[in-house]
Parts: sequence; C-alpha cells; structure tokens
Amino acid sequence: MNKLSRKILSGSIFDNLILCLLVIILIIPIVSILFVALSADENIWPHLISTVLPDYVLTTMLILMGVSFLTFLIGTGLAWIITIYEFPFRKIFEWLCLLPLAMPTYIIAYSYGELLDYTGVVQSSLRQIFGWQTIQDYWFPNIFSTGGGIILMSFVLYPYVFLTARAAFMRQSTTLIEASRTLGFSFNQSFTRIALPIARPGIVIGLILVMMECMNEFAAFEYFGINSLTVGVYVTWLEKGNLEGATQITLCIFLLIGFFIFLERKMRRNRSFSFKDTRLSNSRRLTLSKKGGYTFFIICLIPVLIGFVLPSWLLLSFVIDRLNEIQFSNFVTLFFNSFILSAISSLIALIVALYLVISSSSSNNIITKAAISISRLGYAFPGIILALGVIIVLSLIDKIIDHTSLLLFGSLSSIVISGGLIGVFYAYISRFLTVSYGTIDAGFSTLNSNLVDASRILGMGKYETLKKVQIPIIKPAIIMAILLVFIDTMKELPATLILRPFNFDTLATNVYTYASLSDIQNAALPSLTIVIAGLLPVILINRELTRS
Amino acid sequence: MNITHKILFIFLLLFLNVEIALSKTNEVNIYTYRQPQLIQPLLNEFTKDTGIKTNILYASSGLVEKMIRESNNGSADILLTVGIGRLIDAVNGNIAQRVNSRIINENIPQQYRDKDGMWVGLTARSRVIFASKERVTENDLTYEDLSNEKWFGRICSRSGQHEYNLTLFSSMLVNNGEEKFIDWLKGLRNNLATKPQGNDREQVKRIYSGLCDLSLGNSYYMAQMLLNDKEPEQKDWANSVKIIMPNSNGRGTHIDISGAIISKYAPNKNNAIKLLEFLTTEKAQRIYADLNHEYPLKNGTETSKIVSGFGVLNADTTDLLSIAESRSKASRIVDIVSFDN
Repeated sequence: MNKLSRKILSGSIFDNLILCLLVIILIIPIVSILFVALSADENIWPHLISTVLPDYVLTTMLILMGVSFLTFLIGTGLAWIITIYEFPFRKIFEWLCLLPLAMPTYIIAYSYGELLDYTGVVQSSLRQIFGWQTIQDYWFPNIFSTGGGIILMSFVLYPYVFLTARAAFMRQSTTLIEASRTLGFSFNQSFTRIALPIARPGIVIGLILVMMECMNEFAAFEYFGINSLTVGVYVTWLEKGNLEGATQITLCIFLLIGFFIFLERKMRRNRSFSFKDTRLSNSRRLTLSKKGGYTFFIICLIPVLIGFVLPSWLLLSFVIDRLNEIQFSNFVTLFFNSFILSAISSLIALIVALYLVISSSSSNNIITKAAISISRLGYAFPGIILALGVIIVLSLIDKIIDHTSLLLFGSLSSIVISGGLIGVFYAYISRFLTVSYGTIDAGFSTLNSNLVDASRILGMGKYETLKKVQIPIIKPAIIMAILLVFIDTMKELPATLILRPFNFDTLATNVYTYASLSDIQNAALPSLTIVIAGLLPVILINRELTRS
Repeated sequence: MNITHKILFIFLLLFLNVEIALSKTNEVNIYTYRQPQLIQPLLNEFTKDTGIKTNILYASSGLVEKMIRESNNGSADILLTVGIGRLIDAVNGNIAQRVNSRIINENIPQQYRDKDGMWVGLTARSRVIFASKERVTENDLTYEDLSNEKWFGRICSRSGQHEYNLTLFSSMLVNNGEEKFIDWLKGLRNNLATKPQGNDREQVKRIYSGLCDLSLGNSYYMAQMLLNDKEPEQKDWANSVKIIMPNSNGRGTHIDISGAIISKYAPNKNNAIKLLEFLTTEKAQRIYADLNHEYPLKNGTETSKIVSGFGVLNADTTDLLSIAESRSKASRIVDIVSFDN
C-alpha cells in the first residue's frame, strides 16, 4: 500500500463508517442552511451591500478585535499573576476570577443598561448632586454603544482565556523559567518571551472561543443597539421576513469563522506540550512587597466586581424587591427543565468529543481530519440559524417516516419527531460540540505519548489503555468539558426559544421573555438561578485544575 | 446493562419526548406572538367554558418561519399575532387555512378580517404620540409634524425596524408617497435625541427623565403603565406625559390589529376554530378591553374607561392590506436612511 492509500484507508472500516455517520448527522443542519442561502430566489446582496452590510461587517470586526484584545489582557494577565505570584487571597481568586463564566451576557447587558442609562441610578444621582438638568449639561459615557458592548463583553468572556492560559501556564516546567532567569531574563521577560509563547496554543484557543461567543451574541447587542452581523441575521430574517437574505449574511459569518479555525489549526500544528519535570503549579510562588501584594489584590478584584459581583448584587436586589410575587411551582419546573436539558447535552457532547479525539489519534487519515474540522463548525453559526437547520432536517425525517409508514402500514405514522426535545438536543450538540472537543483535545495534547506507547508495549489493549491510562490523566479536561457545555446550554437562548416544545420553558427562555418586555426585575430570579447553577461547575473546574 | 443503566435509559427516553400525536386528547396548540400573561386570562376562560386544554408556545419572533418549515408535521393549530404584518406573512407563507364561521363573521366587522377568510382581526391598537405634559404645549399634532425642525433633539423612538413602527411607516408611505416619506423619515431621524433603543415604555421613561419630549407608542401602554401596581415607577412615567392622537382631524390615527390565523395543518382544527370564535365573543372582547386596554373589534363592545379618557379614536381607514404589502419597501427605506444608526 502506498502512503496515500494508507492515509485514506487506515483505521477499521467500522470506525470510519461510524465517523461518517456522525459527521453527516452533525453537518446536515449547516448544509441545509447553505443550500437555502445559495438557492435563494431573490438575491438581496445588492441591497445588503449598499446599505447595511458594510456597517454589520465593520461593527463585527471592531467587536472581535476589541474584545480579543481586552480579554487577552485581562485573562492572560490574571492567569500569570495567579500562577506566579503570592499575594493576599490569591488562592480564592483562582476560582473567583472564573465567576463571570456563570453570568449570561444578555443579563449583564440588561443590568448595566439599567444602571448606567440616562434614566438609571447612576446618572440620576449625578444629576441630582451636581444640579444638571438635561443631557446637554454634562458628558457621561454612553453604554448603549459599540464601545460599551466591547467592554462589557470582555469582562464577561475573559474567563475563557483565563482558564486556558492558566492551564497552559500550570503545565509548564519550572526549569524553563529558572533557565531563562539564570540566562539573564527578568521575570517579566520570562513571561513575555518564554511562558507566553509556550502557552500560545492554549491562549489562542481561549481567544477563539471568545470570538465565537461574540459572533453568536444577539440579545445583548440588540439591547445596546450594536449592529453586528448576527443582529443583522436576526433583523433580516425575523423582522424583514427574508430568510434567504439572512442565510446569505450568515455566509459572511461563516467565512470569518472559517478563517479563525484555520488560524487555530495552524497555531497548533505538531507541537507536543508535555513536560516531565516539576510543574509551575507545584513550585513556590514569588512573594511581593506589601504594597505590591495589595495592588495585585485590587487588580484581580476589579474584573470579578465588574463581571460578576455588581450585576449579581443588582439582580439580588430586584429579587428581594419582588419576593412576595414569585410563583415557586412555576420556578421549580423551569429549573428542572433547564437542569435535565443541560446535563444530558453535556454528557452526549462529551461522549462524541471523546470518540472524535480518540479516532483522530488512532487513525489519522484524511476522512477523520476533515470530519472533525467540519463537525466543529456548528459553533460558528448563530443559535437561531442552527435551529432553523434543525427544523428543516427533522421535518424531513418526519416526512420520511410518514412515507415509510404509508408504504408499510397504509396509514400515516403517529410519531412526530420535530415537535419534541430531540430538536433542542440536536441544536445544542451541533453548537457546543466544539467546546467539548477543544477541551478534550487540549487535554490529550498535553498527554505524554510515551505513556501510551509504554502501556501498549507492556501489553494493554487499545481500549484498556484508554480506560486505565489516558482517561484518568485527562480527567480534569473531561470534567471541564462537561461543565463548560453544561453552563453554555443553560445560558443558551435563541435556539431554545425556537425549538422548544409546547408548555416547555427553560430558565433562559423565561429570562428573555421578561427581559424583552424590559421587565428586568421579574427576570431577576431566573437569571440569578442560572448564575448560581453555573457557579458550582465553575468552582469544580477550578478544583480539578489545581488538583492536576 | 445493570439497573442504573436501565433507569437512566428510561429517564433519557422520557426526555427525548418523542411525541405520539393522540388526536383523542381535547386540546388546542397555540403559537403566539402575544405575551403569555396577556392572553392567559382569555385562555383560562376558554378552558373553563369548553373544557379544552390550551398549550402555548410564545416567541417574539420566528413563529411564522417555524410553521412554514414544519409544514404538515407541525403541531400548531392557531397563531396569534400582534400586528397585520405577521397575518399576511402567514397567508403568503401558505400556512393558513380558510375559516368560514358565522359567529366570527357576525362579531368582527368586515374590514378587520380577510375577505377570503384566511385571517381574523381581534383587537386594534393605535400608535399615538406621547408628549411631555411640562414641556409640550401642543395638543394637536400630526405624524408629519414629527420631522419638523422645531423638534430637533426632542424625539425618542424604538427601532425603526420594529413591527409597530414599520407598520406606521408603511402607512405613511402609502398615504404620502415614496419621496415625501423618505424626506419625512430623514427629518424624524434628525430629530431623535438619541439612537433608537428600547421599547415603547422606555421611550416614555425617557420623556419622564427629560431626555426627550415626544415619543411614539401604542395606546394601551399608557393604560398599562398607569395601572401598574407591580412597578409603581411606571405610573410616574405615564403621569408625566399626555396622549396626542395624531391626524385626528385628517385621515385619522394609525391603527394596527392583532389577530389570528388557523394553521393549514392544524391537528386540532375544530378546537382551534372554537378558540377563535371564543376570542371574538363579547366575553373575550371585554377581557381584551378591560385587562389589556386594547380597542375591541367586536361591534358594540366598549373600550375601558381609561382608554375612553384618551379621547375619541378617529381611526385611519387606509386599507390594512396595502399597508402590509408596503412593509418591505418601508423597511428598505429605513435601512437606506440609516434610521437605526
């Protein structure tokens, strides 16, 4: 067999078949969207280009650049400080810094909007204190702007970069840093010239997740009046009723994301990042002067305050205000729905991700590689477009069932798939698989290949090695994968809104219902619940991280 | 498979929830653009009277599209909308079916239902001007006045693409012609105190805070704010403004209608028709009027006291159909003029 055919045909036929089936299932929603986009009767490209598309694209680029830059600064900076230095409450910050992960972006947007609006507490108080009468009398930053959105998104999304950067820093060897110190670098130089470049794959993955979150964001941007591409998709489809135009705008989004994924792959190429000796996380930390210590304490505190504490406090105050009006039985149902949906989705995503990662490591052929890259693209699509794709696919399946039933039994089948929860799971998995996959893949990439080789040589079979050697070692990554998908599905909104069955609401859809009426006070309890539910995974993530 | 696996598997199946459509259960499936809390009182009465269970799916957008994609596998029986736009979209999307009901025909005047029986209007809402009591002396304004330079920096508005504004804009387009409409829209945009943001109530909040003096909004919000015990600050907002019925001396104040269509593929068609008929009865129309403060469409049903206090509604009689058909054109012009930016 020559090299090429070995590349294509390696791996058992059974594995390849399963892989193909998996990929088809995952990619059909996307393909059907593309199909609609390219087979549209009415071509609204000229209208789009001459009016709103430039604005959408420019705004989106601004957001991506702004948020990446800020989250890089905040996330990497915090990760480094917490890994290297010792200062008051450092250990608590290890998980405190993750708190904004539990806060949905749209809730933060509504909270700060309430707070900082012309009619909000802050400006009203200022006007009272200084005696200003109208908006012409003073200047106050307008949060309902692209700048406001960028800053807010950064304070909520930095944990993605913080997590991956910290994981990368912790795995680095102290010998590297020590070597660089003996060779004359200061600590800061060791950071920028040694530690940072080595951590680059992890950081880049974190940044790409951040940028994809920005692409998907709708509710917060809509509220702030930021016309990103995704908002454009919503407006074109749902308010102008032009589905084809919306899918055509989605193509732009798709191109952007394709570029990101290409970039990420290029970054990761063939490096192996496992180290044999003492890890940074185990070594002694650098101590600081008292002033330095407290400065760092404040530096770490600020993002947590802005990204979590302040909005949560606001929500809590709303809940207390409305305490006697809450319907608890309704609330319990919402909670239960959200929890089950998220739990099952994260487990399914984990299993699929594991399968994909293992397949790619064992049979590294073209089919597998292409399959994996394609299956991870779901994240690139705004939730609502994916939801549409899912509806198209499931309706098709229902039609097939009907025809088959007619053929076999002479009557229409009474099974209807498109109305149930399968659609929601389908959309969730399509969208969040990449979160699970990225985490598991990163975990595997730090696994020393020597261990696997040694285990195989000593006689353990492939699956035994997996079970007894690889999985225990990457357990932190597995837990992180489950929890990240859990939080993400709990916060998910647009797809859930469209795909959910009758009489079925999640906490998130309930929040949106109230918030879209600007009744943020009544949205406070379900919001707070999402936040609290998201807290436990956040703490566990951190524990696993430090334990490893 | 040990026992835990079996239990988990059953659990999983329950939640995958593969729906077996049982036509024997007595229920009706409602897709609604109208907020659940507004229609729930009506649905409760309906269930009390008929014993038919109601299932609701609420979304602020995307329901028509969903029904089109679901086509004959969809489970929706009836679609409730907040404006004429979605009714026409549903008919054009081929997901509505003709209803010929004596009860409906008797209750709802002809101009508020489709001549082919494909859609039925249930209530009307007028889009009025909210004006600061303190700072606005005029009591009579037209929509056209809003582009006048004297209102520079004094008007607040929600997004120009939102259904409520778009229907009004379409009406302006139909009545004044394209050129005049474009000029008017540009003038209105220049008069905005700040970029369009928020909903109708928030514009009133801004008038209250002094950011602007005029805003556009649906009439029923005034009543709902004035009677809002849960959020008493909204009473303050509402008390700071007065309602001006635009163009009352001219062609009339713009109105839009909320309505319903019966899904072409309705699994519970008879129940759906029963619900629709119920919504046109005096009892339901009274609830619309008294609880939601909308204008009931049934002949002879009166508006709530508060709404009567706003003044006589001289409703614009421009054909709703032609307004609905001009929406996409109006929407493009909103883009071209960069109203939302």
